[in-house]
Amino acid sequence: MKNSLLSLGLALLALGAALPASAQRTDAQTSDFADARRFPYQDGEHLYRSICQGCHMPDGKGATGAGTYPALASNANLEAAGYPVHMVVNGQRAMPSFGYLSDDQVSAVVNYVRSHFGNHYSDAVTAQDVKDSRPTR
Amino acid sequence: MAVEKLPLPAGRMTRRQLLSMIGTAAGSSVMYQAATSLGFAAESEFKGPPDLSGAPKGTSVLILGAGWAGLVAAYELGKAGYKVQVLEYREKAGGRAWTLRGGDTYTELGGFTQKVGFEKGNYLNPGPWRVPYHHRGVMHYYHELGVKLEPFFQINYNAYVHSKSAFGGKPQRYRHVLADFNGHVAELLAKLGHKGGLDGYVTKEDQEKLLAAMQDWGALDDNYAYTANAETSNRRGFEKDPGGGLSGEPIPSKPIEFSQLLQSGLWRAIGTGSGYEFQTALFQPEGGMDAGPLALAEKVKDKITFNAKVTEIHQDNAGVTVTYVDAKAGGAVKTAKADWCLCTIPASILSQIKKNVSPAMDAAIDALPYEAAFKVGLEFKRRFWEQDEEIYGGITYTDLPISVISYPNSHYGSKGKGVLLGAYPWGPFAYEFAAMAPEERVKKCVEFGAQIHPQYLKEFDNGVAVAWHRVPWTLGCFGSWTEEKRKQHYKDICQIDGRLLLAGEHVSYLPAWQEGAVQSSLDAITRLHQRIIAK
Repeated sequence: MKNSLLSLGLALLALGAALPASAQRTDAQTSDFADARRFPYQDGEHLYRSICQGCHMPDGKGATGAGTYPALASNANLEAAGYPVHMVVNGQRAMPSFGYLSDDQVSAVVNYVRSHFGNHYSDAVTAQDVKDSRPTR
Repeated sequence: MAVEKLPLPAGRMTRRQLLSMIGTAAGSSVMYQAATSLGFAAESEFKGPPDLSGAPKGTSVLILGAGWAGLVAAYELGKAGYKVQVLEYREKAGGRAWTLRGGDTYTELGGFTQKVGFEKGNYLNPGPWRVPYHHRGVMHYYHELGVKLEPFFQINYNAYVHSKSAFGGKPQRYRHVLADFNGHVAELLAKLGHKGGLDGYVTKEDQEKLLAAMQDWGALDDNYAYTANAETSNRRGFEKDPGGGLSGEPIPSKPIEFSQLLQSGLWRAIGTGSGYEFQTALFQPEGGMDAGPLALAEKVKDKITFNAKVTEIHQDNAGVTVTYVDAKAGGAVKTAKADWCLCTIPASILSQIKKNVSPAMDAAIDALPYEAAFKVGLEFKRRFWEQDEEIYGGITYTDLPISVISYPNSHYGSKGKGVLLGAYPWGPFAYEFAAMAPEERVKKCVEFGAQIHPQYLKEFDNGVAVAWHRVPWTLGCFGSWTEEKRKQHYKDICQIDGRLLLAGEHVSYLPAWQEGAVQSSLDAITRLHQRIIAK
């Protein structure tokens, strides 16, 4: 397991210069780090690149060590849009809740994930859907 | 929930919490204080190692994890006569009490590999890096095992407080901000007193004492003014320090104007060292934070199996069977059996491992999200912070995404290369660093740090960056309790569940601290021992 991760890492490093901008977004991040206490980004891809890919990885394929970050790429669980919305809003197990993101932000990032990384779900989530799914207090 | 993630405890805000809430010279310190606030009322209650006498001969305990919690248990249970075996996922002991040194290779999740290029003797502690004197469990084991300690400086009066939007981005000395803030506030209070502004709030007799106190505390002159003179310079430093002979006459320094200081927001940083966890004395082990657990591991080295990835924990009336595979080589599934099991695997990992435990324990393990945190170690060709700026150890606070720069608290005056802690943010900034490739993180930290120390650009040599959500064996920095979660699950996570019980910082009121892991372990093995001998 470790060995295969290692060789993947070396391959990625070797490819570093040739990776498309979307894979690492190295240049675009110059203007990031906008706020110490919240994520102000509105665009789905921008949110994914700033938050999600830390664990689910730039290619959406997740990773495994002592535990696993599940792949979002080609993930059939994403078919029901309510599932990823619930995950982002509430978190699950070690995954923290990102419920402090706005309804618009949650819908943007969920729509991004559901239409990238080999996912082709065309039924977009709306901000209202997110609002309706939030736990009532 | 509100837009911002600020889980501050409602209704009982201390001065420190208030300061750090308002403050974010370390915007991240807000997150940190908030996240740990549920624990800090409880000081370490350590009263010496546990009395485990009367252990039944041959009773076995299987310990999962060779960090502080697992090693303390192995050491104490072993001494008491229990048959102990430890399984550890990594190739070495220590867990999050971890030190990266020159020559080390670190591969994070996603396969990104870093080879540490530090000179011999230089290091980064990616996890814990300071030990308050009242963390008595950790201190006990340091003393018992002969781990050499050196002072850790939380506050260095000659380090900086910095905001990109104050003083044109020019860092200010901590000493100036502290002395001037206190001085101006004292002067203001004295003025109020003299004009009768305190009448009705404080008696005449108390007002006299208060005025005297303000004069003393704020270094006010005979007219209760905070001005440039020898007294105030004794606090904030001189324009020209006192010397000898004809050239020795000192020149007082000029305080920062009050309004400018208030508007700068730099006062945000001056409360940090007042926190109970950060009050002098703090310590660090010489040579790296892994010294404590490694000294313990040496005592139980014949009992530890490394590279053991636990895949299942099964218990029944006869005992506990743990299934594991070689984390590096894979291959055949192996099992380890014992009468009892102490599991110190972080809840982030344990929640994914197949196990038969009670629903309440299961729910507790599943309830803990793991926080983001980020650190970078930057090695420079020379110790310019000492040579150019007279900063010997301690911490600079900034509202840049790096949050802090911490200077090495050892080897002062060394001519060789030196390593700074170049960033330690929590919250959104930590997530954003985690989302970058390691070499990008290092590059960004050099750029940010150069806004405080321009020498960065010329003197930078190499760096290593650790984002805790990418650490393969924890999937995050520490278990994040909220008041609500603690009410709901904390007692359950502490229970002896059949033949299994848990320990680690996540099973303590000292989250993220090594002391939490030690205290939790001592509490767990004491209760386990009592259960065993009661049978």
